[in-house]
Amino acid sequence: MSATWWAVVAVCAGCYALKLAGLSAPRRILDHPGVQRFAALVPVALLAALIAVQTFTHGQSLVLDWPRTAGLGAAVVALLLRAPFLVVLAAAALVTALLRLAGL
Amino acid sequence: METTTRSSATRDGLGVGIAVGLSGVAFGAAAVTAGLSVAQTCVLSLFAFTGASQFALAGVVAGGGNLVAGAAGALLLGVRNSLYGLRLAGLLGIRGWRRIPVAQGVIDETTAVAMSQPDEESARTGFFVTFVTLYLTWNATTLLGALGTSSVADPAVFGLDAVGPATFLAILWPRLTGDDPEARTLRPIAIGGAAVALAATPFTPAGVPVLLASVVVLAVILRRPR
Repeated sequence: MSATWWAVVAVCAGCYALKLAGLSAPRRILDHPGVQRFAALVPVALLAALIAVQTFTHGQSLVLDWPRTAGLGAAVVALLLRAPFLVVLAAAALVTALLRLAGL
Repeated sequence: METTTRSSATRDGLGVGIAVGLSGVAFGAAAVTAGLSVAQTCVLSLFAFTGASQFALAGVVAGGGNLVAGAAGALLLGVRNSLYGLRLAGLLGIRGWRRIPVAQGVIDETTAVAMSQPDEESARTGFFVTFVTLYLTWNATTLLGALGTSSVADPAVFGLDAVGPATFLAILWPRLTGDDPEARTLRPIAIGGAAVALAATPFTPAGVPVLLASVVVLAVILRRPR
């Protein structure tokens, strides 16, 4: 088996194990109100961080990709107009694609 | 009333599952371009099934980087799924052997949809509909992207790279924009999390900045015990 295959298998096994570990953590850990509060709030922080990282970084550098940033802006406008979920995503992709087509 | 919230959870799940699932094309294309075989690419989508980690490994392969460090980085990105699992364990009420298949579905999108539902019943519906839809779409489009890489030269042309952040924004939006105490607590957490991740990006390997955002939650809990 090639080195790449080993890496692929390790990532597959590890990623699954990490998911199962969280789901199977002993129930008494969750009895603690502080842990409950942490587990309830942590996805909000992580998802907000993902928005920032996926929009404004490339590798280890901060970048301002105008088409992508404008796409996120279009999503904000769509959300302010109370557009349905899929319209929000389509607006983001469309604006980004059009600006790239325009050569920005 | 309950059927209304459940059907709205189903709609959310189908929407997220299909929209995000389509970006599997981007992964399939990126992975094969990076030098992974079609089989390796599909195995990652089938068994790792967590986009950020998959992209991270493909990126290291593309750069000719150290595979051990690459795998470690991909696993680091997967640690947040453990945190989601902690949250979902209570919400989904899954016990025993059922955790074995359900665990595969513990990722950003399913957690976000489950979290945004008003009650536990629709949270469960939202989780499973998102999981199944996303799993099927993501794997089908991974295969298409991997096979058709030569024809889809650059998925960024279609603006697919904006779909991920827009998805998470759309999901967080209603929780952040209200005038209730919960929204007032969540706004500084979201803004702080994003700021910490960006600030840490130049100084830490991929995966670490997003995890560091959870420190903001600790700070908020310690300041405002409940």
